[in-house]
Amino acid sequence: MQSQKESKIKVAIDSIKFPLLAIVFAFIIGAFFIIWTGNNPIMAYGELFSGSIGNISRFGETLLKATPLIFTGLAVGFGYRCGLFNIGVEGQYIFGTIFAVSGGWVFRDMPGFILPGILLVLGAIGGAIWAFIPGILKAKRGVNEVIISIMLNYTALYIANYIVRSVLNPSILLGGDKKAYSVMIPDQGRLTALTEFIPSFGYSSVNTGIVIAIIMALIIWFILFKTTLGYEVRSVGFNPYASEYGGISIAKNITLAMVISGALAGLAGAVTVIGLTFKVDMASGMPGYGFDGIAVALVGKNHPIGILASALLFGILKNGERKMQIAGIPKEVVGIIQSIIIIFIAAEAIGSYLPDIKKKFSKKSKEEVQV
Amino acid sequence: MVIFIALLASALRLATPLIFSALGGIFSERSGVVNIALEGIMINGAFFAILVTHFTGSPWLGVFAAMFIGALTALLLAVLAIHLRGDQVVAGVAINLFATSITAFLLEMVWHRSGQTDSVPVSLTGNPFTFLEKIPVLGNLFSGLTPFVYLSFVAVAVTYFVIYKTPFGLRIRAVGEHPRAADTVGINVYTVRYICVMISGVLGGLSGASLSLGTVSLFREGMTSGKGFIAIAAMIFGKWHPVGALLASLFFGFAEAVQIQAASLGISNIPSELLQTLPYVATVLVLAGFIGRAVAPKAGGVPYQKGHR
Amino acid sequence: MTNVVEMKNITKVFPGVVANDQVNFELKKGEIHVLLGENGAGKTTLMNILYGLYEQTDGDIFIKGQLQKIKDPSVAISLGIGMVHQHFMLVEPFTVTENIILGSETHKGFANSVLDLETANKKVKEISELYGLAVDPSAKIQDISVGMQQRVEILKTLYRGAEILILDEPTAVLTPQEIDELGEILKKLVEQDKSIILITHKLKEVMAMSDRVTVIRRGKVIETLDKNNTNIDELAELMVGRKVNLKVDKKTHEKDGDVVLKVEGLMAEDNRGSHALKGVDFEVKSGEIFAIAGVDGNGQGQLVEVLTGLRKSTGGSFSIKGVDLSHATTKEILKNSVAHIPEDRHKRGLVLQHSLAENGILGNHLDEPFSKNGLLDENEIHAYSKKLIDEYDVRTPSERVQANALSGGNQQKFIVAREINRHPELIIASQPTRGVDVGAIEFIHRKLVEQRDQGKAILLVSLELDEVMALADRIAVIYDGKIVGVVEGSEANERELGIMMAGGNAKA
Repeated sequence: MQSQKESKIKVAIDSIKFPLLAIVFAFIIGAFFIIWTGNNPIMAYGELFSGSIGNISRFGETLLKATPLIFTGLAVGFGYRCGLFNIGVEGQYIFGTIFAVSGGWVFRDMPGFILPGILLVLGAIGGAIWAFIPGILKAKRGVNEVIISIMLNYTALYIANYIVRSVLNPSILLGGDKKAYSVMIPDQGRLTALTEFIPSFGYSSVNTGIVIAIIMALIIWFILFKTTLGYEVRSVGFNPYASEYGGISIAKNITLAMVISGALAGLAGAVTVIGLTFKVDMASGMPGYGFDGIAVALVGKNHPIGILASALLFGILKNGERKMQIAGIPKEVVGIIQSIIIIFIAAEAIGSYLPDIKKKFSKKSKEEVQV
Repeated sequence: MVIFIALLASALRLATPLIFSALGGIFSERSGVVNIALEGIMINGAFFAILVTHFTGSPWLGVFAAMFIGALTALLLAVLAIHLRGDQVVAGVAINLFATSITAFLLEMVWHRSGQTDSVPVSLTGNPFTFLEKIPVLGNLFSGLTPFVYLSFVAVAVTYFVIYKTPFGLRIRAVGEHPRAADTVGINVYTVRYICVMISGVLGGLSGASLSLGTVSLFREGMTSGKGFIAIAAMIFGKWHPVGALLASLFFGFAEAVQIQAASLGISNIPSELLQTLPYVATVLVLAGFIGRAVAPKAGGVPYQKGHR
Repeated sequence: MTNVVEMKNITKVFPGVVANDQVNFELKKGEIHVLLGENGAGKTTLMNILYGLYEQTDGDIFIKGQLQKIKDPSVAISLGIGMVHQHFMLVEPFTVTENIILGSETHKGFANSVLDLETANKKVKEISELYGLAVDPSAKIQDISVGMQQRVEILKTLYRGAEILILDEPTAVLTPQEIDELGEILKKLVEQDKSIILITHKLKEVMAMSDRVTVIRRGKVIETLDKNNTNIDELAELMVGRKVNLKVDKKTHEKDGDVVLKVEGLMAEDNRGSHALKGVDFEVKSGEIFAIAGVDGNGQGQLVEVLTGLRKSTGGSFSIKGVDLSHATTKEILKNSVAHIPEDRHKRGLVLQHSLAENGILGNHLDEPFSKNGLLDENEIHAYSKKLIDEYDVRTPSERVQANALSGGNQQKFIVAREINRHPELIIASQPTRGVDVGAIEFIHRKLVEQRDQGKAILLVSLELDEVMALADRIAVIYDGKIVGVVEGSEANERELGIMMAGGNAKA
């Protein structure tokens, strides 16, 4: 009989196989596109990786890019664990940014050892509130969360623009010309850049947000696998009927899962605001972290550790594309690689249905016989 | 009055891409396949319309190219969703992302820059029926319309006819409500669904063409800005009925037109952003059941397995 | 009279089950021929083969004397065979006419592209008048009665020129009045030279409506009789058969235990809104196994769901040890010392993607020692499932494997282990040995009897008369949503039970 450790490693390797395969395939297909542009794929990928992990500063920027993806990946992944497709992460992210920036103004006199914490909590609350709407609608009325969430994404975008223009605008709060962005986060509310601790990060703006993100991943891992809340959430996600049978409330868990998912998305926004942008700009389109989060979660198989690795991968892709561009390869190739990864993952999710379907057929036939 | 006419023309033009995509969505969903990929199909349609026009000089060839590429994109969704019985929403999202990246890539390859293409010299932004402009008062309305606007109304009529007045339409609706019942009378559920998804692709491609060739004569990254999703909302708001979708699309188009013209309408004191949220909030209310009951085709989103109860 | 249908030596094998074994069946022209049998006897399988939904493993089918290969329903339809399924195949928002013509639509106009509903409506009216099947062609299915829906299903077959009609359990959803009306309709159809096969388990209908009866048991034809040469008693005996009782040793029945479960006038609906429970009354005492026997579809499923909080009742009440739980949640019911062995172990009993250990605490996960203050105690959880696995001889490499890796029998044993180890006062066991190998059946039966001997109250709901007769101290029969009789286990015989299960009156 295998020892526990051995079988756990085996399980981990089995589950990595397909995403890894998908990534390799995507890079191969991407290579064809690169050849089409008249370039050498090896050189191109070399530039990609050198640009993203070639030295510590660049690695820092990669980590910076990965930070919000960890949060949004966790958000989507947690929702998925309860059988929910939280495509509303975009809007919840936006609410997180708005709540953080509002807090930055209202609490601008708070000292530096608690202000960042307060702003992060506010961001989480903002995202949680926005996710509560589709959550409660699904729990109580059985309304499908997907379209509602997409609608709420756009609603959040416009509400945020309104707030930045007419409520939190520096011209209103501080006087002066109308700006296309909000008031700034006060100095003591900002996250510290990692270069303060590790000078070799150089010019990179990477900040303590990455540390918070990693801690969050561990917390979510703990919640999912070590608490009764996580047990109930996962049970509902796998089998709502059996959960009901076991006295678990489906409505309660759906709502809770959406709220937690939204809080994570809001955190993504807050961390970006107090760590990088220090304000909120008026936007003409979606920030995109939500959709990236879906990709991150899928590749990371909705597991916090997988999501960390997956976010790092996407961070590498996002950061490296600039250097590739400079070397003459259109950065859009990276986008293509990303989407092909997702298509393959989508196909795998299907592939895992097949053995189930085979089983269902023979079971159903038996049942049909009994009638 | 002049302003109202201009507003109406603007609303019609803005509604047109929504109408085409919503009709496409209706075909797909009525047969039981959720098509979240309409945004991606619109992106592809908008781009390839410009691309082919650029190379051939003929905007109508561009339109056909858009419809063809739309069908091809939808075919991908069909294989993932119908044949492989996958999660229709994930497949749709994946296709949307793919469309965004591949069009950006091709844009770079052909025009050697990112962001937007050059304008195409010959396009379809003008009123094809210039004699209508001679009508007093209303004449100005017609001068603001494009061939696509007329086409969209034709499409509504054709869709209505096909779905409610033909045997094929009866089968589509049966497959979407109770695929097993259709199966037991000898109808091939898979074939019907494939055809419907392809039709939605053709209409989605046409929608994209109307967005690029029909307004600005070029392709700009992000120009769809979620219109594919608004079209889905229009479809739901219109209760999966072609005329309902038409009216809902007009509503959304009107809202957008008002918001664009807010200053000249003298209502700039209402925050424009709040006007922009109107269509979305309305959809949420409809879906949540607060305004009427939106009853979707019963088999929507559930892959069909022959022999399975 | 000629045979319009001859099925010769039909055998149908599914993985692990022989559904039809060398079945010979004939249908004469103009007759109503009933296929009688219990659940799982093979009646529907045989007819699905005739209608082309299945293909036989062996054997031949002759229609009007010609050998035919019926590959799918469209072939059957072209041969004049029509089938009315047990669960209606009707599109709810469509009208009667639209449902009837679906797949064989009438058309007109340019390139036959236009749907011709006027002609269709006329045709439907003609046919319905010809056969006395009153329908309103323009009414929507969702608005009409179940009786009319069934007439629409029959019209569907006649519209396509069916000469041979198969009706699968047609009276299952009808009121007594509607059943009489159906009888009249069938007579009219026969007058028009149609031949009819009726699948049913209801003896009353058999005697009222049939010309001949073929009894099927466990995939084999037992006998084909002329209705006039037999009676309900004989049919019941043939249907249920003389079997060897799987005797289980148990203490003599202590008849004076306390009442643990009291059910009064319980009413409930099924998922389609029809009445499934129409006033159920019974009591289960401590130290006894109280079994509810019956043919599937008479309300057992809904009864168990109501008693376990998975379905709301629409009337009546039930209480456990005096505590009224008629409107309680599942959580509350579990707290009141009730254990539930569910009839569908994959849907209700297990979360297949969880490990055995995680499944072991399902329902108990909030209690100590498995969790405290919201934190799971993994050591306790694993130790517990190890205990369950050992005590109940569950064959598995470890408690960490996913539940779906186990065989059906071992999964079921695990569930039984879990439920019994809750130390409940009342165990509700619904089809506890369905789809399980003989060894596991024996094991589970022994465990249930052990619990009964220790003074627990057990409510056993089972479709297997063998099981009921072997285990039960008292046996109740459920028919059409009501308890129609309760007998002492030691005095029960299959004939009497079979008659009650089929809606007959044994004392008549």
